[in-house]
Formats: sequence, C-alpha cells, structure tokens
Amino acid sequence: MSEPAIMVEGLGKRYTLHHQARTGLLRDTLAALLRNPFRHGEATRATEEEFWALRDVNFSVNQGDVVGIIGRNGAGKSTLLKILSRITEPTTGRITIQGRIASLLEVGTGFHGELSGRENIFLNGAILGMTRMEIRKKFDEIVAFSEVEKFLDTPVKHYSSGMYVRLAFAVAAHLEPEILIVDEVLAVGDIAFQKKCLGKMREVATEQGRTVLFVSHNLPSVRQLCRTAMLLANGRVVSVGPCAKVLEIYQHGLTGATPIAVPPPTPDLLDRAYTTKIEIETLDCAPTAVLQVGCPWRARVGFRVVSAQHNFVVSIGLKSADGTSIQTAWLPPQDLAPGEYAAEFVQDRVALEAGAYTVLVGLSESDRGLQQFEAARIDFSGEGAAGYYAGTSGFGFVLNSMQTSLRKL
Amino acid sequence: MNDSSFQRPSPLIIEAGLTERHYWRDLWRYRELLGFLAWRDVKVRYKQAALGAAWAVVQPAVQTFLLTFVFNKLAKMPGGDVPYPLLVLAGLLPWQLFSGAFSGVGSSLVNNAHLISKVYFPRLLVPLSAVVVAFIDMLVLLLIALPYAVIEGIDPTWRLLVLPFFICGTMLVALGAGLWVTALTVKYRDFRFITPFLLQIGVFVTPVGFRTDFLPNWRDWLALNPLTSMVEGFRWCLLGGRTEFYERGLFLSLAVTAFLLIGGLWYFRKTERQFADVI
Repeated sequence: MSEPAIMVEGLGKRYTLHHQARTGLLRDTLAALLRNPFRHGEATRATEEEFWALRDVNFSVNQGDVVGIIGRNGAGKSTLLKILSRITEPTTGRITIQGRIASLLEVGTGFHGELSGRENIFLNGAILGMTRMEIRKKFDEIVAFSEVEKFLDTPVKHYSSGMYVRLAFAVAAHLEPEILIVDEVLAVGDIAFQKKCLGKMREVATEQGRTVLFVSHNLPSVRQLCRTAMLLANGRVVSVGPCAKVLEIYQHGLTGATPIAVPPPTPDLLDRAYTTKIEIETLDCAPTAVLQVGCPWRARVGFRVVSAQHNFVVSIGLKSADGTSIQTAWLPPQDLAPGEYAAEFVQDRVALEAGAYTVLVGLSESDRGLQQFEAARIDFSGEGAAGYYAGTSGFGFVLNSMQTSLRKL
Repeated sequence: MNDSSFQRPSPLIIEAGLTERHYWRDLWRYRELLGFLAWRDVKVRYKQAALGAAWAVVQPAVQTFLLTFVFNKLAKMPGGDVPYPLLVLAGLLPWQLFSGAFSGVGSSLVNNAHLISKVYFPRLLVPLSAVVVAFIDMLVLLLIALPYAVIEGIDPTWRLLVLPFFICGTMLVALGAGLWVTALTVKYRDFRFITPFLLQIGVFVTPVGFRTDFLPNWRDWLALNPLTSMVEGFRWCLLGGRTEFYERGLFLSLAVTAFLLIGGLWYFRKTERQFADVI
C-alpha cells in the first residue's frame, strides 16, 4: 500500500470569541487600555471565550481515495478545509501532505467583473496556483469545457450567473493537482452543468488516480462520487468508513433534531398574512415527529390573515434529507378575509420510504410569495410497519402507491 | 509513466507556527501571481475610466500648476535657475509614486479580503502588487516629465542613471509604512482614515513644492522625513544637478527607511497568519 496522501494527527483549531469588543475598533482597545493600564492582559482575557472549531481530529487519506466530508453547518468542515488549504493555521496537531495540493473553496475566487472571460481565466488560474505556461497549454480545453467561447472577450460582469459559474469551474477543473480539495461548488449552476462537473470530478478521481476531498450537503452527489466518507460533528470525527454506512449514520442523526420553530414574521408581513403554527400528527391527532411508513398523517398549518388577501395559497412541501424535493401540495387559490385560519393537509394515499424529511411551508398571494420556510423535520420509520422494510429500501421515495390486481388467465 | 514517484518532493507539513519554513520559497514560486495582481489592478482602473491613461497626466498637471502658484507666486519661494513648474514636477514624481504606493499598500489586504479568506498564497504579494501598480503609474508620468525638461532646456545627463536608486528608495519607504497600515487595518479598520490624513500632511512636509537647499536652517529637520532625500534625489537626477544634494540627509533617510521597512515586515509577518481569521 502506498503512503497516505494526507495524514492528519491531533488536529485542533481554536478561535477566541471576543464578547465585549464587538468590532475591531481601535477605540475599544484604547479604552480598555486606559481603564486598566497595568492589567490589560487580564482584563481582556476575562471577556474572551475559547471555541474549538476542530478538536483532536485524526484521519488519513490514501492516494487515489475520494473522500466525502459531511456534517451539519458548524460541524467544522470548512475549518478543516481552510487548514488543509493553508488559509489558516491549526492551533494544535500536524498534517503531512504528499503531493501538490490545490483547493477550490469557492467557484471563481478572484474573478473580476471588469475583466473579460479570457483575462479572468489567466487571473483565476494564477490565483489557484497555475503557471502562465500551464494555463496557456490548457486554455482551449478550459474554454471548450465552459461553453462560453462566444463571450470570451466580454467582461464577465455581463455574464449570466450560469456562464460565470461554468467558466470558473472550468478553470478549476483543469488544475491537475495530485490532491484536490473541493467545497460545495456543485451547489451552483443548472442540473446539466452539475452533472458535467460531477463527471469531471469522477474522471479526475478514478481515471487519473488523484486524491479528492469533497465537502457537500448534497448527499446524492457524495454517494455517487465517494467511496469513503467522514462525518464531522462539533469539531470531531464521528465516523469514517464506507460511504453508504456513514451517510446512514448522518441521516439518522438528523432526525434527532428538534423541530424548527415557526420563524417570527418579517415586518412587511405583519400587516398582511403570516404563519403562526405548524403541527404534524397522525390521523388520531397524536402529534409526532416519527411516523410509521404507510401510516396516514396530517400537517396542520395555522396562519393569521391581517388584511384581505386575494388568490391566497397555502402550500406545504416535502424534501428528503439529501435535499431532493419529493412533493408539494397546495390549497386552491381563494380570497380570504382577515382572521385566524387552519389549513389541513392529509397524506393517506402515498407511502414514503423510511428516512428523514423536511416539511416546508409556503404562503403566497396572487403568485407573489409571502413566506416560505423549513418548518419541521419528520422521520418515517419502517419499524413495526406491516409490509414495509425497516431500513431505507432503495426502492424509491414512493412506495407501492399504484392500484394493483392479479388475474389468472 | 510513474516518473512522479522518482522526483517526489518532500512532503508538505502543516503545523502551528510552521508556515515560516516555506514562506520565501513560496513567495518566489508565486512570483507570476504578483504580476497578475498588478496587471489586474492597472487594467481594471483604466477600463472603468473613460479617459483612461489621461488621468495619470491630468492629475499631476493640475497639481503642478497649483503647487507652483502657492509656493512660487504666493509664498515667493525662489526656484533658482530652474523653471518653477519643472522643479515642482520633478518633486511630484516621487511624491505620486509614494502616495500611490502607500495608499495602495495600505488598503491592499482589505481590498483583497475575498482572496485572502479563500486561497493560500504568500500574503506579502498583495501589498507588493500595489507597489508595482504605483510604479507603472510613475513611469507614465516620467515619460512626460523627461521631454518637458528638454523643452525647458534641461538635457538629460549621466545622473539619470542614478534615478533607479531613488525610485527603489521611494518604493521601500512606501512599502515599509504601508505594511504597518495594511496589517493594522485588517484588525482595526480605523487605520483606513489615517492614510489620507498622513498624505495631506505629507505633501507639505515633503519638499514637493519648494527647494530645501534654500532653507539651510530646516534641512536637518526635513531630512527626518525619509521622502525628503528621495525628492531631492529625483531633482538632482532629472534636473542635471542644478539642485544641491544633501548627503547627510540621505543617510538619515535610509536609516529611517530601514527602520520602517524592517518593522513593517516584522509586524506583517507576525500578524499574517491571523489575517484569514480576522479579515
């Protein structure tokens, strides 16, 4: 076995949170100094709090591995990537890296709107660590990949966001480092381009045998791309191993979350209409966050109409844990007088696969969105549900929702 | 096919306080980026401005006129055997170089915050590129100043060969002072307001609009300002030695410059590793 491409030992990153000095204003530092001229150090220490974004992280990545790094917001993923990319220093620990490393924490870093596409290719390439020669050699390939040949001499500020992202990813995709670190870049661009990016990354990883670290919230792409995954939570490594297994642990962990409360209405909604309550319950009115697969359930959305609304629509949507939209249901548009209302959505026809889902609530009036938010997480469990599998079946989100019959011919 | 394993470079080690080891080597490796950053700034500036390169000329022309008017016509300062506008223009060259480089370096890190928080490269490249930009602007002005001097009857002499020394000196003063400001601005945005303030004072305490050799009582005081010698040096080179050069002042000035630069580099390097966390 070859030596590991990346070896991380005892890695930790501490940030110090300043509670009193809200901003880095010289005035505050001077004022503190004047108040306590001889005890400056102690005085400031009292108002500081330590926060470990990463703590005692150990792992190693072999050459040619494609590792997905997953975890909730604030788990320490970005900090880890920043340390690996040498943007910031670790507080403790040691990382040994074999080979040329390039990181892509953002698409189009250093792009300048006033410069043309051609000029930005060179600038961005140089920023990402390519030499002028390398860029020139790859130039045609980059342009072909980005599909913006026609606009190469137009300032990129006139580009559509899709073109912009395509060009930016194209430069990065042709970096050819031995180790590539990618953060969440596929969250942008249209589906076709996302597919192309994934394909390119797979090509980089499998055919060229490069090592890739890939951070994403988009679990399907992690599943497609990575053989190994690492789950981070609160700055620590929770699980490392085969991708499918780690993803399952992650998805299971998500369901333990407390339901997200209804957000307070923004000021502009106060004199129009806003949601006051959302409840998920079984049909016998037992509120729950865990439902049995195949068991009918109900979502109740309470909302307040302050001024008369025309063509008012209440809707709920369901998303799977990996972000795929599963379904949307809405009430027919109607004119509503001021008052309190409760809308009910009953799901008694379709059985959804076991797993975690997010419920979204939306209010709109005359095609204009008023409010939309993630209201709750619900979990469908196969445990004890007659006729269904206990775990994720992999048969699709919608289970057995067709009329079936059998005849002997 | 597998030739990369034969020439595998030593592994990169990341550890607290270890960035030092690769710093100067990386600075050299990223030298092309220095050019790209400077090229970007020059290009963008002239792309957005309708008058383009004319700005590099109009501004000093107006300033030359104003300073001549104030110092020569109002304050009755003597110009000796040099046409006063030319005297002022020769002083404006280093002053423009300094003020452009100083304010550029001073705001460079904050202006490139998006790069600093997303990519690794030796941070020193950012202020250095600001110096390069100011240098290019000065070259444009120099190309106008030289023919103007000839028209006024002052032919180029061998002294012009010494000019690069003073150009470098001026840039080092600006870099030294600017490094302090830019590193401090990352943490304390107040320092943004210090740059224009210093420049406003600077144009009067630097002999841009007057000759120091006619003010013997003030010479040592003026020499404490490291730019004074640079301005005198520029005049001595450009005006064919018609102005006197004060050697003692030069040594004083070089000492102050070295102090500023070494201190600036030290502070910049000391705070550099926190830039991405603070900016």
